[in-house]
Amino acid sequence: MTAMATPAQPAPEARLRPVPWRGMTWVSWRQHRSALAGLVAVLGAAGLYLYITGMQIRHEVPVMGEMFTMSQTKLTLTPIAALFQILPALIGAFVGAPVLARELETGTFRYTWTQGFGRERWAAAKLAQIAVAVTVLAGVFGFLFSWCYEPIIGVRQGLSPLMAITFDLRGVAFAGWALVAFAIGVLAGILIRRVVPAMFATLAAWSGLAVVTGVFLRPHYETPLVTRGFNLPSAAWVMSQRWTLHGKPVSLTAVSQVLQKIGAQEVAPGVFGPTSPASGQASGNSAAFGPGGAWRSAPTYLLHHGFTQLTSYQPASRFWPFQWIEGGWLLALSVLLIAATIWLVRRDAA
Amino acid sequence: MNVIETSGLGKRYRQTWALRECTLAIPAGHVTALVGPNGAGKTTLLNLGVGLATPTAGVVTVLGGVPAGSPAALDGIAFVAQDMPLYKPLSVADMLHLTRNLNRRFDQGYALARLGELGIPLKRKAGKLSGGQQAQLALTLALARRPRLLVLDEPLANLDPLARHDFMATVMATVAEHGMSVVLSSHVLAELERVADYLILVSGGRVQVADEVDSLLSTHRILTGPASDARTREELMVVHERRAEAQAHLLVRTSGPTDPVPPGWEAHPVSLEELVLAYLREPGAAALPGPARTNNAAPTEVAR
Repeated sequence: MTAMATPAQPAPEARLRPVPWRGMTWVSWRQHRSALAGLVAVLGAAGLYLYITGMQIRHEVPVMGEMFTMSQTKLTLTPIAALFQILPALIGAFVGAPVLARELETGTFRYTWTQGFGRERWAAAKLAQIAVAVTVLAGVFGFLFSWCYEPIIGVRQGLSPLMAITFDLRGVAFAGWALVAFAIGVLAGILIRRVVPAMFATLAAWSGLAVVTGVFLRPHYETPLVTRGFNLPSAAWVMSQRWTLHGKPVSLTAVSQVLQKIGAQEVAPGVFGPTSPASGQASGNSAAFGPGGAWRSAPTYLLHHGFTQLTSYQPASRFWPFQWIEGGWLLALSVLLIAATIWLVRRDAA
Repeated sequence: MNVIETSGLGKRYRQTWALRECTLAIPAGHVTALVGPNGAGKTTLLNLGVGLATPTAGVVTVLGGVPAGSPAALDGIAFVAQDMPLYKPLSVADMLHLTRNLNRRFDQGYALARLGELGIPLKRKAGKLSGGQQAQLALTLALARRPRLLVLDEPLANLDPLARHDFMATVMATVAEHGMSVVLSSHVLAELERVADYLILVSGGRVQVADEVDSLLSTHRILTGPASDARTREELMVVHERRAEAQAHLLVRTSGPTDPVPPGWEAHPVSLEELVLAYLREPGAAALPGPARTNNAAPTEVAR
């Protein structure tokens, strides 16, 4: 039993001890444990799948080599990885958006925000605690995904670790995207004050940010490198490519026509292969460089005829710098959004 | 000390003023009833007092000069909002624990004893309690904080007569025991008459009446006399006039119970309910201590 404090003595504000923070931990846990349990369940199921798949990959890649890209494991992983892309958005909508919107929608803020704890402190404590939980769980998932995907990167040329299909699921970027989704969710919650509309707004805002980042921001984290020859390193992320003939820009069609003469075609940036056997034989031009293997000397052939390929790219070695840049600005943005949310909680309520 | 004091207080939502130019002082040690028609600004005034809303104009202080919404204000004021908001998925015990964690003081023993008396099971979810039990739980949570001021917004609105009686009995018992001040808004005039000893009547976002109930009752009376006697009526401060054929019933404001009754008229004491209804029907009338507004319009106007 708590001893009763003596009432009715006007206590000077200076002597007023604030309500201890530790009580708030229980409050956050009690009110959001089901949301966090749901998050653990979803990320746990996805994590289990990644663990099993990761083990399979480690068995299959050494045996199958480049053929692994056609294996059932790989064919299943690709669409599922695409599905994982929306996990942060779901975290924002289902964990972030209801935190404040539900209080405002059901009117419980009138109870909570008039308790002695104070509403800014309440919001700060609650949002910080859930944000840390979300970030840690997402971080674990991100590193599990990295581990699972590690052997696949570099198996086939052209698949860069910087490309959008896996970059934001790996390393610290996934934790950053989950955190920013949560921050968008809580801000949408205080602005819209209704749970379901706030959830939809979160999905929309997060998706917009993800698209803008992938298309406009990520390619410019560092100045792209440019190569003039046909020595593009493997697993590079190609930004743009153009051809020149004796220093003047030339269309891709013109290049293709020249390549056709030796039965070759460009299959990926800087990578050449034979045209289909049927067309190669029909044209008969392959005779000039000997049958069958003529396409292999395509780079030499092009250089000999005055063609140069300018390729700007991000090398795969920039994976971690890019991860830290993306994680860093997402963290900064999240802190900003959460601070704005707390400011809005403080500003007005009823 | 004034538990709530406002000066030129106004609150605007978008284009509409919910409350404007509200200047009042609610003294400590009273059970103050805040009455007024729907949309009069009662809830807005209370929200400003408990710090949920911030003023568009003017100032509001509580507990003898503390800014509304400041840590000291939150610590000393317990608020039970309209519709008794509780976390419906939480159990009664969880609601207790939650409130205890969010406040410096929480009299757990009192809360448990009170809920036991009321027969409210601790394991029941708050959302599964009856309306009366939810109101009692919200009130118990507020009282266990041992506030110096208890603010209740329409606490009786959704309660049946028995629950109303029980609710107010709990409030009055705590007032008697701990000397806390109470401010409550309500439409239920009959219930207020039994509990309130200070009355504030708000209408159209302005304060119309603010005084102790005893003083209001002793300075107002009903006069019954000939409807044709216009001269006498003009000399009186008539709040509201009701005619029945040749008879006129006037609610008048006097300087006290010893005021002489005009010849040919008969005086009756007024009930709080009659008094409130008369002022509600005459939004232009005012009965305020200190400088009263000098409006011009209606003949039933009372100025000073």
